[in-house]
Amino acid sequence: MDLAELLEIAEKERRRKKPIEIHCCVAASCVSSNSQSVKDKLSELLSNTDLKDRVEVVGVGCMGLCSKGPLLRNSVTNEFYCHVNLDNVSEVLKDIQGQKARIEKLKIDDPFYRKQMHIVLENSGKIDPESIESYIAEGGYLTLYQVLHEMTPQEVIDEITKSGLRGRGGAGYPTGLKWSLVAKSQAEKKFVVCNADEGDPGAFMDRSVLESDPHKILEGMIIAAYAVGAQQGYIYIRGEYPLAISRLQNAIKQARKYGLLGTQIFESNFDFKIDIRIGAGAFVCGEETALMQSIEGKRGTPYPRPPYPAEYGLWGYPTLINNVETFANVVPIIRNGSEWFSKIGTEKSKGTKVFALAGKVKKTGLIEVPMGITLREIVEEIGGGVPDGGKIKAVQTGGPSGGCIPASKLDTPVDYESLISLGSMMGSGGMIVMDDKTNMVEVARFFMEFSKDESCGKCIPCRAGTYEIHNILTKIIEREATQDDFEKLKLLCQVVKDTSLCGLGQSAPNPVLSTIMNFEEEYTSLLKKDT
Amino acid sequence: MEAVEKKEKVEQKQDNRLKFLNAALKRNLYQPDSLIEILHTAQELFGYLSKETLEYITRELKLPPSKVYGVATFYNFFSLKPKGEHTCIVCMGTACYVKGAAELLSEMEKFLNIKAGETTKDGKISIATARCIGTCGSAPAVIYDNQVAAYQTKESVIQKLKEWL
Repeated sequence: MDLAELLEIAEKERRRKKPIEIHCCVAASCVSSNSQSVKDKLSELLSNTDLKDRVEVVGVGCMGLCSKGPLLRNSVTNEFYCHVNLDNVSEVLKDIQGQKARIEKLKIDDPFYRKQMHIVLENSGKIDPESIESYIAEGGYLTLYQVLHEMTPQEVIDEITKSGLRGRGGAGYPTGLKWSLVAKSQAEKKFVVCNADEGDPGAFMDRSVLESDPHKILEGMIIAAYAVGAQQGYIYIRGEYPLAISRLQNAIKQARKYGLLGTQIFESNFDFKIDIRIGAGAFVCGEETALMQSIEGKRGTPYPRPPYPAEYGLWGYPTLINNVETFANVVPIIRNGSEWFSKIGTEKSKGTKVFALAGKVKKTGLIEVPMGITLREIVEEIGGGVPDGGKIKAVQTGGPSGGCIPASKLDTPVDYESLISLGSMMGSGGMIVMDDKTNMVEVARFFMEFSKDESCGKCIPCRAGTYEIHNILTKIIEREATQDDFEKLKLLCQVVKDTSLCGLGQSAPNPVLSTIMNFEEEYTSLLKKDT
Repeated sequence: MEAVEKKEKVEQKQDNRLKFLNAALKRNLYQPDSLIEILHTAQELFGYLSKETLEYITRELKLPPSKVYGVATFYNFFSLKPKGEHTCIVCMGTACYVKGAAELLSEMEKFLNIKAGETTKDGKISIATARCIGTCGSAPAVIYDNQVAAYQTKESVIQKLKEWL
């Protein structure tokens, strides 16, 4: 493949497209509400009308507003059709024909979309995730061509460093720095790993990105591999995401066929291969050292760092590990320049963040917002607030490693540092809204039960500590605990946080600590009075 | 006569499954680090990992049995016990939890008189829980035989179980 061929594929695809496209969401959430048969039914209905030469129904990735699914969109008017099912799909057809139709419609300037900014999700919901041509028609793989032919690896790393991109997996380590560390390590082999083991309950950003725009992740990984000098890549993905796995497998096959993966990519002397490794249901494997153990076919137990994977990773070779969303940012940054990217966001957190908005909020789904937006804007304007006139009590971010932010702090701008100062963390991007009926001690116990079960058992603080914390929480809920137990709980949380081996144990007490910090009276009111 | 034919068919099917497992082993060049891939394939083919299957994989990959057993029991995905004819997995992710997944589960447990992770005595239905299946937008969600169903209620889950019984 060379540049002329790439441009020809793009041109051919653009010519093939019909003037009106009806985008039908075929990502997991809408599929669970039967969107696939809606798509087939609409295609069938269309084929019997004179519109069939001008209108085409295209399966696309996530359009964000999962709670209104199955969601369809008219590519010309940019209007969404909500809750389409087999019974009312004929109304969509009427609307396309310009007749009066009885179906709920949503405009693109709905508050849900107005405050969003799509970089990671730029193609999501617009292209067919099963087709590489569809991606190429939107300028896909053009950035890769430019990188391989016009930039040195160092220039690529410099761009990423200047952009200020930080790891989107949760900890926020500067991506450029990580890349340069791997690039500097001398070894005969190097690896690039994409961490798609999205285990946090309540988080589905990576799943949506992979289901909606798999080629963007591949392109980002190939660019990263070129920058650090790796020849082999792995995508470690959860076994719970069968649709994302099959879309990725399909994407890799297509990229290989076009010579975008394999040897002499774009007729340069750069070779790179990507394989998929499917996880088997262990939360701890999202931790990078455990993830590498799992790729090597072992039990996913973490080991102490240093040495960091950048020096000593998979099978002892330097390994670059980044999250799905981090890789998704690579192509836009190189294409539009680091200066463009660094203007978005706050001083220390650049760019956008994808959040999975769920829980007690009117509009749930996938959103992408610039860093620095306040939680209130996300929950009340984008999410539309709590349904049935309830009140927001707290917003949970960061899953079992994060914490609960009380309603009084909702005006905090979202970035890595501010969330940590509130006792939570950015995490991978799950955001669960809780209303005033939620019992915070129960919530803390829910997360502790999760951490207790998912503790790999290697280090004692985590294995025994999470178990004991869970016991005390149960005792509190059953009104059997005394002030003494409560003090012990606080101390134990601190010990587990300070002495655990890996991120799982170090962050497991966060849900308890943050609820104590913000809702202490809920705990104390359950304590037994001293007799 | 018919019974004999049926039995032959079953055996035939099992042979094929072994063939698929061998193909997966070959594709991975019998590399010990492909153990998790192989276990995935085996579970897909046989529904669970029996002692015999694990022993077979141990021999083929030239790994110590302790290691194979260790990996098979470490990951939640692998099951060493046969599953029911139908499986019903309740998502217990945060979003589903906030929207009442725990009540759905206890309703099912009461109805079938088994606990999560168990199978009914007649081998018809297994119920289990999942960490988070990532369809939080349509919480609470339940997976019936690999089909994700959105916005489940106490009534809808019991309805589905009744269909299976």
